[in-house]
Amino acid sequence: MMMSSGIRRRILRLLAGVLFCGFSAGVSALQDSIVIQSTTSTANSGLYDYLLPLFEEAHDIKVNVVAVGTGQAIRNAMRGDGDVLLVHAESDEKQFVADGWGVERFDLMFNDFVLVGPVADPAGLGEADSVSEALMRVSRSGEFFASRGDDSGTHKKELALWRSAGIDPSEASGGWYRETGSGMGATLNVAVGMNAYCLTDRATWISFANKQGFTVLYEDDPPLFNQYGIILVDAKKHPHVNAKAGQIFIDWMIGKAGQTAIAGFRQSGQQLFFPNASP
Amino acid sequence: MQELSSSFAIAFSLIGTLDADLFEIVGLSLRVSLSAVGLSLLIGLPVGAAIAIGRFPGRFSLIVISNSLMGMPPVVVGLLVYLALSRAGPFGVLGLLYTPTAMVIAQTLLITPIVIALARQTIEDLNTEYAEYFASLAISLGHRVRTLLWEGRYGLLTVGLAGFGRAISEVGAVMIVGGNIDHLTRVMTTAIALETSKGDLELAMALGIILMLLALAVNLLLSFIRPSERVGKKRPAASY
Repeated sequence: MMMSSGIRRRILRLLAGVLFCGFSAGVSALQDSIVIQSTTSTANSGLYDYLLPLFEEAHDIKVNVVAVGTGQAIRNAMRGDGDVLLVHAESDEKQFVADGWGVERFDLMFNDFVLVGPVADPAGLGEADSVSEALMRVSRSGEFFASRGDDSGTHKKELALWRSAGIDPSEASGGWYRETGSGMGATLNVAVGMNAYCLTDRATWISFANKQGFTVLYEDDPPLFNQYGIILVDAKKHPHVNAKAGQIFIDWMIGKAGQTAIAGFRQSGQQLFFPNASP
Repeated sequence: MQELSSSFAIAFSLIGTLDADLFEIVGLSLRVSLSAVGLSLLIGLPVGAAIAIGRFPGRFSLIVISNSLMGMPPVVVGLLVYLALSRAGPFGVLGLLYTPTAMVIAQTLLITPIVIALARQTIEDLNTEYAEYFASLAISLGHRVRTLLWEGRYGLLTVGLAGFGRAISEVGAVMIVGGNIDHLTRVMTTAIALETSKGDLELAMALGIILMLLALAVNLLLSFIRPSERVGKKRPAASY
């Protein structure tokens, strides 16, 4: 059956219309906006979905979050592709400010890391007395361990924990030590898929929906502390940085309103982040 | 596999309840990918036609290069565009990174080689078929190109669809240059990647199903433009 040319022309016109709306897509509204370079852990846990509407209600500033690993977030910020940096690798953050890329670093909030794995726990992490012993048990047992392997804050923390346990897991790379090179959630999917142990921040773990038979096996140890910091990218390095709006956002986050909001964020009835900005 | 049935249920309830976030994401996916297809056709058809008809030095290299670039990984295209549009890059002053425009640029770069390579083949075949006709009328080159593009329009429509399929389904490029920012640059594929990393595999699959339905709808719509087989195969009236 042949379509009448009238209908065909109408469909073509419709398509052309759709096509040309696309060209206007890049024209953003005149509203003030900032880009935050941040971590997958804060984004995957739903923190921003909860916080940003509260902030945007108080201030007429649109906040755009780019969620990547801490390493990539820092490098993106150095290239000037963000106004605010919100990550969790304290020494790297201090270096970032010391090198002139950031104005000042503020403590924002904390939570902790946990070691998760299959309930059966073949390596016996549940019986470990320290995180070093827990990691030693993994390496001795030869059970799989899924590492982020992506230079993220969690990856840096994991490498530091291996170092203090006196183990070099890179020798077993591709063997029992599996580096996914992916975000936290993607790595947890891999861990669950191959029955591997994994270090994760507690926020991502609690909000992670594909736990299957996995559970927290080792937790509550001072070395597993996880501090988040917030930094304004320095406009002296990148003049286009929206310093005014970025500072308003940081002031809100470390101020009473933001800190209260962070404390109020719950997933499955549990508090995921604990505000600790100095007043 | 019972996840699949619950994914279908989620997909249809999202569509049924006219979920606002979903429609925003679908709308952006379509806008970005259709714009990229439109731009790549504007660039790729003339270039493809020139390579098909023209006889000039470097022609063979152009054919090999455009054919090879069809296999360019989206993540590499994304990286190139990121480096170009990043504030520290040559086009940083434009402030285009993390905007839908950046995504259109990346996808256009990704699919233009596909359009060039496939259009060249289509037009070259047609040019051979019509060689006698063109010779007998001794018509100008411009007229010849116009005739070939018009006569090959249904084949070229398929070329456009191949480009659209590649654009709407890629995640590597738009993830890097768009940043998967909620309500700004989040499209279907980056939303699927995000939900997968949240471990919400059913919602991720539901979005995948909707993406497939979207591709189906676009193809169906375009198939209405195409007339029946009989008309499609008819030679130009002027040749007889």
